Amino acid sequence: MKHTISVLVENKAGVLSRISGLFARRGFNIDSLAVGTTEDKNISRITLLVDGDDYIAEQVTKQLNKQIDVIKVRKLNQDEITRRELVLVKVKMSATQRGEIIDIVKIMQGEIVDISHTTLTVELSDRPEKVDLLIELLSHYNILEVARTGTIALQKGAESV
Amino acid sequence: MITGAEAIVRCLENEGVEIIFGYPGATIAPLFDKLSKSSIRHILVRHEQHAGHEASGYARIRKRPGVCMTTSGPGATNLITALATAYMDSVPLVAITGQVSSDLLGRDVFQEADMTGAAEPFTKYSYLVKDAEDLPRIIKEAFHIASTGRPGPVLIDIPVNVQQEKLDFIPAGPVDLRGYKPTIRGHAGQIKRVIRAINGAERPVVCAGGGIFAADAQEELKRFIETVNIPVISTMMGIGAVPTAHPLYMGMLGMHGKSVANQALSDSDLLIIIGARVSDRAVLLPANVSASTKIVHIDIDPAEIGKNLSTFVPVVGDAKEILTQIMEAEPAAKTDEWVGLLKAKREKLKLDYAPRKHGINPKAFVNMLSCMLPEDHIYCADVGQNQIWSAANCEVKTGRFLTSGGMGTMGYSIPAAIGAKLADPEKTVVAVCGDGSFQMQMMELATICQHDVDIKIVVMKNDKLGLVKEIQKKSYKNNEMAVDLTGSPNVVAIAGAYGIPGRSIASLDDAEEAIAEMLDHKGVYLLECIVDENEPSL
Repeated sequence: MKHTISVLVENKAGVLSRISGLFARRGFNIDSLAVGTTEDKNISRITLLVDGDDYIAEQVTKQLNKQIDVIKVRKLNQDEITRRELVLVKVKMSATQRGEIIDIVKIMQGEIVDISHTTLTVELSDRPEKVDLLIELLSHYNILEVARTGTIALQKGAESV
Repeated sequence: MITGAEAIVRCLENEGVEIIFGYPGATIAPLFDKLSKSSIRHILVRHEQHAGHEASGYARIRKRPGVCMTTSGPGATNLITALATAYMDSVPLVAITGQVSSDLLGRDVFQEADMTGAAEPFTKYSYLVKDAEDLPRIIKEAFHIASTGRPGPVLIDIPVNVQQEKLDFIPAGPVDLRGYKPTIRGHAGQIKRVIRAINGAERPVVCAGGGIFAADAQEELKRFIETVNIPVISTMMGIGAVPTAHPLYMGMLGMHGKSVANQALSDSDLLIIIGARVSDRAVLLPANVSASTKIVHIDIDPAEIGKNLSTFVPVVGDAKEILTQIMEAEPAAKTDEWVGLLKAKREKLKLDYAPRKHGINPKAFVNMLSCMLPEDHIYCADVGQNQIWSAANCEVKTGRFLTSGGMGTMGYSIPAAIGAKLADPEKTVVAVCGDGSFQMQMMELATICQHDVDIKIVVMKNDKLGLVKEIQKKSYKNNEMAVDLTGSPNVVAIAGAYGIPGRSIASLDDAEEAIAEMLDHKGVYLLECIVDENEPSL
């Protein structure tokens, strides 16, 4: 089972290392980790996708809370959040394939952000499942490279962590 | 303007530091230079690991953070075992290490080691100081973090140039860490649930861990178990939480524990765990705790609750505070039958104190030793068979039983005893170790002599690494590999080389007189006890 955990931490050196070290040490599996600053420059938000049962999710939350530099931890309810991932996919194609790929990108509401005689670079920001789907569709062509951020998430409505 | 080193010394004095256990070196030299002008006493150890253990023994008795200080690189990495030992047993330490100049960090220069990185899993928190102006705040925070909540070691890694840097000294304001606000008082709703669980219980048992000492809650615990009439068992770290001779004390639980303690655990309908981690040594198979046993877990560290056992009522907070809250609610349970049953079992426990054909019966010896010591003595047990013998047979009354419980670090007892003695010079302090562990700490005999530390040392000598030998006997078809200590020195002669008096005994008949001689001697003394190599732990 996947859990999305939002963590507000002090924005200072060594914090990410402590947190990633914690995961390795305690054998927690993280699917993705995304980190960036927040509206307060002294605070960073780490969004974690953790694979495991409820026991694991609870342990992760408690161990994170125990860290001195962790200000808040919230396990987010999958149904009550907006999730986004950003992906860049560079596809090699022949001239005849270009139209098909552009169609796919249009349908997926992605964007072509770079083009050369032999390649296209596609950008998509969407739910992780949609990002998966785009990559799957493009995998029928020759994907040269994929760069993908981890999932970020915020609660829907007025609520905040 | 003063230097960073002067600022550090001033901050340590402000924190009330009396003693620092340390070992100098190039990158910590500015700090040692200024420390020489301070009222803080410096104890020169003979290996950095022991600086950490001595600070640990000091902290556990003095009830404030122990301070150790070493140079960068190997001086710092030698501390890591001591930090890990303190971390596992929740002992407050502040470790100060020198570091190479901050402009050289990351270039693998002489005696550079990434100490904050290396110690990260074993410290509650750590700092790499980049700016001397931050020193007052960092040192204040370090002492606060080490000593509050669940205590633990905090590392401050200070580059040599930061120690030399000039700054305007401004004392730090109150500590404000928005991510660190330990819960002290138990949640009122949870306390109510605890009371209901107690009132409805027929076979309750309290399991006391090291958290009782960390919270200084021995009196509250005693009042609670006596008022409600609840039997109590302890973990290794909890030995002495109630006097071992207390009629409600059923002994240490676990793989090396007393059968009646383990039975109390498995037959109980309510288990109240206070300040314990429920490690594998204590509860080998959590599944053995009956499914019908309700578990109340009281701990200051919420991450310990529910980690190894699923909990019926979790209560986060300080053991002293929570026991007081529980008592205010006047719990009552009908436990006479249950207590009577366990007491009868305890009476029937056979203590194997018979003399041996070869060597001394170590169980009888440690029992006799602990009974001959003053009531408030401090007993430091090492790791190995000697720890099991001591844990199972020592009488602890108003004193303390110090050992490396979680980490099981060999070579802990003598440095811990040194720290304990310096923390409370009025107390009689004894270190009991094996001949294996003695050789991991015998360099500290020099520290003892140099600083005139009056501790009593007992070495159980069987020329074997006895506990490993037992494992090999049981699980590896008696294939004894690397457990023979042939080549070891005569420990009484070693002590003699340091000018420390001592003697060796090989019969229980001589024990009483030898112990009396050791205790009557003013100053450090070493007593060797010859033990048969096939003497089992239990």
